[in-house]
Amino acid sequence: MSDHSTLKRYLGNRKGSLGLAILVVLVFMAVLAPVISPYKATQIDPTAILQPPSAKHLLGTNEVGEDILSLIIWGSRISLLVGFLATFVAVLVGTAVGVVAGYIGGFTDEALMRITDFFLVIPAVVLAIVVAAVLGNTLLNVILIIGLLSWPSTARVVRSATLVYKQMPFVEASKCAGAGTAYILRRHILPNVLPLVYANTSLTIANSIFTQAALVFLGVGDINDISWGQILHFAYASGAITAGDYWYAIPPGLMIVVAVLGFALTGYALDEVLNPKLKAGVVFESA
Amino acid sequence: MGRYIAKRALTSIITFFAVLVLTFILFRLLPGNPVLLLFRNPQLTQQQIAQLSAQFGLNRPLYEQFILFIVNVFRGNWGLSFYYRAPVTQVLFPALLNSIILILPSTILAILIGVGLGVISGWKRNTLTDMAVLSSSLVLYAIPTFWLGILLIMLAVRIGGIPVSGMLSIGVSFTSPTQYLGNLLRHLLLPMITLTLVTLGQFSIIMRTSVINELTEDYVVAAYAKGMSESRLIRKHVVPNALLPTVSIIAISIGTVVAGAVLTETVFSWPGVGTLIYDSIARRDYPVLQGAFLIVALSVIISNFIADLVYAYLDPRVKYS
Repeated sequence: MSDHSTLKRYLGNRKGSLGLAILVVLVFMAVLAPVISPYKATQIDPTAILQPPSAKHLLGTNEVGEDILSLIIWGSRISLLVGFLATFVAVLVGTAVGVVAGYIGGFTDEALMRITDFFLVIPAVVLAIVVAAVLGNTLLNVILIIGLLSWPSTARVVRSATLVYKQMPFVEASKCAGAGTAYILRRHILPNVLPLVYANTSLTIANSIFTQAALVFLGVGDINDISWGQILHFAYASGAITAGDYWYAIPPGLMIVVAVLGFALTGYALDEVLNPKLKAGVVFESA
Repeated sequence: MGRYIAKRALTSIITFFAVLVLTFILFRLLPGNPVLLLFRNPQLTQQQIAQLSAQFGLNRPLYEQFILFIVNVFRGNWGLSFYYRAPVTQVLFPALLNSIILILPSTILAILIGVGLGVISGWKRNTLTDMAVLSSSLVLYAIPTFWLGILLIMLAVRIGGIPVSGMLSIGVSFTSPTQYLGNLLRHLLLPMITLTLVTLGQFSIIMRTSVINELTEDYVVAAYAKGMSESRLIRKHVVPNALLPTVSIIAISIGTVVAGAVLTETVFSWPGVGTLIYDSIARRDYPVLQGAFLIVALSVIISNFIADLVYAYLDPRVKYS
């Protein structure tokens, strides 16, 4: 999808350009954290504990005297990292399951789709909480858990697209020419199916960021890794919420909302531009 | 109709069985000896440990353990809570009841408001009203449940007088049932608003799409050309048809509602299954965690089954096939 018209149509889409702008800002924030953040993330100022915003600390400080703005900027790294890596796992599994189910069909398809439905029905956040609590709270575990619970929507999209492409004359021709299943999947099915995955990917990232924040807020995941959910966890646990320390509680949540909206809008727009026929409906499948 | 229900029921049973397998594997994956992990409790005597091991067959081969696990689940023998030193079911069911008190009204409210807003939005599509509904729905969808709860708590503390935690005031003895109910409802207010708001956004967006799709159908043009009033057309024809796909998507999203409930309960310390899960993680109370997971999965499966029945009732194509 490198042609000009697609890009033009994407940028002509208001939702799309807004979403993309948000993503660019977020990625810059994460990459340039050491440069733009006013303090080191864990730099403690014992003279300024739970201070409201001031010239010295633009977003105030928390209960141990850390600068909230710096925490927010550094926190974008883990939040985005988990979002991207978990989605990578999800897309990998989802695409594999979808292509195999759609192309091979028959019993394999039936079995794989039953498993997909199962994971679609099971409340992913609750399962993630339980699994993380059982397996241990490392960052890698959290990424794997979110990834391995988020693939069903991708699998469904890929499967239905595979079903369409497998009927195409060029696949038939390729088979007659003696191409094997693996070759056809790699050379003919996947390249056609992947554009459909992009829109879904963006939505999966939004969901992964969301889930990670929820897990960390509940104390599942590494509490020492700075992320937006973790800042909220401490805001809640330290009693800053009931004390009304708005500068502590509002910015991290706002960042989650902005990030989720950014990825969701991008996905929405990609969906409209790349698959006009499949428009809408996809957004909430993996929620 | 009968065959459809039977097929759905069978799927639900298979799904529950899959949940059991998953739970069994998950809680046997715990590093270390399951006897020690599932029954490690300083209060237990050596004899009790031996007795529990025999009851759950932990000294038997894995497949026998699995069969025993299934039998125990159906017998209501869900293990002992480390923390409460009581059977898991005894800990779980009051919490489940409390969760239902929160989830049921919130979900109904979210469906009513969400579907209503979706109809208005789809009907008046591309107007200012539509834009307002659509963008607020999108924002509600993007708001983390626990953060919305946090915002409401801060607001309530500022206003004063609205309880932000628990289900009943502590240390108050109620003289009449109305007083009790009033206290309960006041505690229910914020969690219910939170859960309703985070849930309704997705419903209104789905309903809007569905209504817009329905409005492009030929019968709509025909009815309009015949001179049917717009409001009657929407009420009698568009909405019933547009509800169909919405119902099936609402069914899929029941899991999301439950997840939202877990977070809502935790933020407001509402003594339901969600808070129990949260507390059990901190207490390493694995038997309760296992039971809570089973009960959550079971509720979602049952809700999905009910949604399927509603769908069959609404869609004559299912009824007569």
